[in-house]
Amino acid sequence: MSLDLILRVGTKLVLPFILLFALYVQFHGDYGPGGGFQAGVIVASVIILLSITFGLDAAHRIAPQPLVERMIPLGVLIYAGTGVAGLILGKNYLDYSVLSHDAVHGHELGVFLVEAGVLVTVAGTMTALFYAFAERGR
Amino acid sequence: MNAVWAHLPILIVLVPLFGALLAGFARRADPAFAIALVVSWVIPFCAGAMLWQVLASGPISYHLGSWAPPWGIEYRVDALNAFVLMLVSMIGAVTMPFARRSVGFEIEEGQRPWFYCMYLLCLTGLLGIAVTGDAFNAFVFLEISSLSTYVLIALGRDRRALLAAFQYLIMGTIGATFYVVGVGLLYLMTGSLNMVDIAARLGPAWADNSRTIIAALAFVTVGVSLKLALFPLHVWLPNAYSYAPSWATAFLSATATKVAIYLLVRFLFSIFGVAIDLRALPVAAIIIGLSLAAMYIASLIAVFQSSLSRMLAYSSVAQIGYITLGIGFVNLAGLTGGLVHIVNHALMKAALFLAVGAVFFRARTVQLDDLAGIGRKMPITMTAFTVACFGLIGTPGTSGFISKWYLALGAIERGWWLVVFLIVGSSLIALIYVGRVLEIAWLREPSAAVAEARDPPLSMLAPLVLLAAATIYFGFDTEWTAGIASTTAKGLLGGLR
Repeated sequence: MSLDLILRVGTKLVLPFILLFALYVQFHGDYGPGGGFQAGVIVASVIILLSITFGLDAAHRIAPQPLVERMIPLGVLIYAGTGVAGLILGKNYLDYSVLSHDAVHGHELGVFLVEAGVLVTVAGTMTALFYAFAERGR
Repeated sequence: MNAVWAHLPILIVLVPLFGALLAGFARRADPAFAIALVVSWVIPFCAGAMLWQVLASGPISYHLGSWAPPWGIEYRVDALNAFVLMLVSMIGAVTMPFARRSVGFEIEEGQRPWFYCMYLLCLTGLLGIAVTGDAFNAFVFLEISSLSTYVLIALGRDRRALLAAFQYLIMGTIGATFYVVGVGLLYLMTGSLNMVDIAARLGPAWADNSRTIIAALAFVTVGVSLKLALFPLHVWLPNAYSYAPSWATAFLSATATKVAIYLLVRFLFSIFGVAIDLRALPVAAIIIGLSLAAMYIASLIAVFQSSLSRMLAYSSVAQIGYITLGIGFVNLAGLTGGLVHIVNHALMKAALFLAVGAVFFRARTVQLDDLAGIGRKMPITMTAFTVACFGLIGTPGTSGFISKWYLALGAIERGWWLVVFLIVGSSLIALIYVGRVLEIAWLREPSAAVAEARDPPLSMLAPLVLLAAATIYFGFDTEWTAGIASTTAKGLLGGLR
């Protein structure tokens, strides 16, 4: 176990920055390349790297199976719920213009929430796929 | 109430979608079933309200995100959509009580909540295809319904279900790809994805680019035909239907192929038919030829099956042939016959596959050899089965007769006496494969395999009996089936060029 010292320390160092980069990709999606899907994949890669270096049990402690499985519908729920917010506020489904004081800010907020939903679902799905394959041999 | 009324087209998609998400959250079988049941029972009210609204005051248009069509996605409900929405939601509502025990028997506990989640997603997709007025949005819903269908099939009772699901995955993906290529070509020609808008712009484009439009027509027709299992693109269907969980087979056979047929009708009559003269192209002749082949070849294969569910699957391919035959006639009686057979076949096949599910629940086998004398052990189940079988043959007094009557009228109207003869002749083959089962079920001494069998509990029996009763009821009162189908057909043919 002592031989992979560099790997372990290196992973520990790099993990928070991967997560930070995911958030950058997520929020920069408004202005340039990026967005919820890409950020979600990067978030999942944190879990994958963690379990490759420290084992599946370490990954399960941080992202337990039930949590991961609930993230998949949760993200869609955020997305669809944002649409329903427009419906409840008296406009059509997916009409974000009523979410804020004017239409432009409303649309910005709407897309922000939708992208957050995409992040949650994609991160959950990617991790669940990885778990499904990783646990086959156990 | 008014607030809800205006949003019905989107609510009919949102309610099952949220149901699916909540069922995924629940992660336990009983709450998931409760959610599925509530959703299934709410949806028919949405569909019914829209059908009533459409028949009273014309098409409903709903703009997603308040973006005006043709730029935004429009949900457009006319008589044809409302008719299909009503059918799909009613099948879900009637069959759902059957699911709890059947699914509890066939699927292991951990996977049951996912089964209901996938059913609700599939319902979302099917209703979405039927409600949308946007060609690409229809593709998205087609994928939602297909992907969830693959999972439903893969959850089947033995490992062959996995292979069947994989086979359907390959075929279904090819079908969806063909469809989206066709839609892409249409977008190239018209710059629009809104169905009404495409139809309006396609006419002027026809003059200088007819070849691309014919290619688009061919791609869409082949793609959708794969989904609706038009002979010879049906090869995925027998495996999928025989190895899927019994309840999933009943639901899918009654809805999934029917919604694909709706999409074919929509493209042929509301998009291509409006812009170009369909009678000048061989598409109708090809559909008629393949339909006749389906009616005979699939029925003949059904005669030689040793498994009850497989026999009914081949019979489905044959019955879909009747529906597409009526569509191929391109006249009022034929199209009415095709549309009415969508409903009639859905009711009969749902009843038949539910009966198979009930038999499997009690006897644990669906091999015909083991089912000798099952009628004496499960009299109510097999009586309902027999009634639905008579519907398949098209006996007068059942809804199947109404469908064939209109189809024969459609053929006579075109002056094709040979086709009239073929329609009647194919019923005789149906009589052979159905007669074989009925002889085994009723006239033989009960075998050892079915010695313990008895009728299933009420929650399984009631949907079955209700569907069988509907087969007889719609054989006499045709106002809700043939009446609406005829109004719809008149509207579709009136728009043709």
